[in-house]
Amino acid sequence: MYDGGKIITGIIIFLLFATFPFYYNIGKAHVKPDPKLDTPVIKQLKEKKCVESKSYMRAYHMQLLDDWRNQALRKANRTYRNEEGKLFEISLQNTCMKCHSNKQKFCDECHKYAEVKPYCWDCHFVKEAKEGGAAR
Amino acid sequence: MGALFSLGVVIALVLVALVGVKGAHLQSLFGVVIPYLAVITFFIGLIYRVVKWGKTPVPFKIPTTCGQQKSLPWIKYSKLESPATGWEVFLRMALEVLLFRSLFRNLKMQRSGERVVYGSAKWLWLGGILFHYSFLVVLIRHLRLFTNPVPSFVRLIESFDGFLQIGLPNLMMTGVVLLGAATYLFLRRIYIPSVRYISLPADYFPLFLIMAIATTGILMRYFIRVDVIKVKELTMGLARLNPTVPDGIGTIFYIHIFLVSTLFAYFPFSKLVHLGGIFLSPTRNLANNSRMVRHVNPWLYPVKVHTYEEYEEEFREKMVSVGIPVEKPLETKETEEASEEESEGKE
Repeated sequence: MYDGGKIITGIIIFLLFATFPFYYNIGKAHVKPDPKLDTPVIKQLKEKKCVESKSYMRAYHMQLLDDWRNQALRKANRTYRNEEGKLFEISLQNTCMKCHSNKQKFCDECHKYAEVKPYCWDCHFVKEAKEGGAAR
Repeated sequence: MGALFSLGVVIALVLVALVGVKGAHLQSLFGVVIPYLAVITFFIGLIYRVVKWGKTPVPFKIPTTCGQQKSLPWIKYSKLESPATGWEVFLRMALEVLLFRSLFRNLKMQRSGERVVYGSAKWLWLGGILFHYSFLVVLIRHLRLFTNPVPSFVRLIESFDGFLQIGLPNLMMTGVVLLGAATYLFLRRIYIPSVRYISLPADYFPLFLIMAIATTGILMRYFIRVDVIKVKELTMGLARLNPTVPDGIGTIFYIHIFLVSTLFAYFPFSKLVHLGGIFLSPTRNLANNSRMVRHVNPWLYPVKVHTYEEYEEEFREKMVSVGIPVEKPLETKETEEASEEESEGKE
């Protein structure tokens, strides 16, 4: 090979960048997120069901919350009608956090894993949770 | 024609993933086996091509220059246009690789009445650089799915990319720019007749493929959402070489990853390999120092030479007899005999 030293150095530098995810995770424990649904309010519920279905909430909750924010603050509409026609008060603090009072063990669990920094808490404050204490 | 064919191939690829996952439930094939095979093909293919180029001899110094060459010390020479040292070549290459300098100097020929005028044409450069840099940022952003904990530079890039805070999840500017730039590069091929004339399916296919990848990615992030936690479980399994396929990931994810796998596998066999090729372009990476350093042709072998002295020695008599001037006069018979006698006498 002509200029083999330079070419092989180049290939090695390229491989160091390109294979980053393969060696970066070596030796780091892979802890899967485990959001907890064991707050006292949820335990007392007869029908353990969120505003919408579980699969919908898992994928679309941020869009629902964005819509709620716009409805409540820009259109002064505080009632949400879900797929089944059930009515809910549009409020992060009074509706969502009433059941999911464990922000650290519910919200943050997945958000940390997926490296998401929701800006809910730029305006909202986190109530003292009954379990796990205040987050943030 | 080429464009339609390429579009058809990309649509077929989408359908293959759609049928494979929705119909045949081949989640582990499309989520694990094909991505691994594609990445292996990518690495082996790319290294093979680079090594093959490295083994190819360059018989001449052929840098393309467009500036004064280094010669006499009082003549100012152009360090970037006609680099004379390795360092100057490095600078020239860095500007080429990082800023696409030769594309920036793209000219467009036009007629102005009777005259031919050359004007600057920067659109191709702009489209190209936006396309490449947004693709780079998109790639780095995807590291959030392949690392745990996510390194801080990924977080930083993502926060800049989503700086506009449009919608939720935040709109990533590079995703839109990538799709827009790829679309521009495609439309350019369609609308400019001279470019359309030289465009082949191999030019359209990567563009359609990348447009499809960007489209599925944007759809998955903003419209047909998937459960990111399950996606990350799958991708982390790929990165940790410990693959798992969680249930209930939307089909759009498998379409996306199948198209990306196609791109990776197609890479070493196509024009996309300019990723490595740019560094091995002899017209760019050689110094224009042929007046200072002798460039030896690597395949040079000892040539049989017949010098003029030998030639004259062979044909002197014939040359003299037809009156061709010779360097060494023909020795006459007498002088030869005399010299022979002399040498005999000495003995």
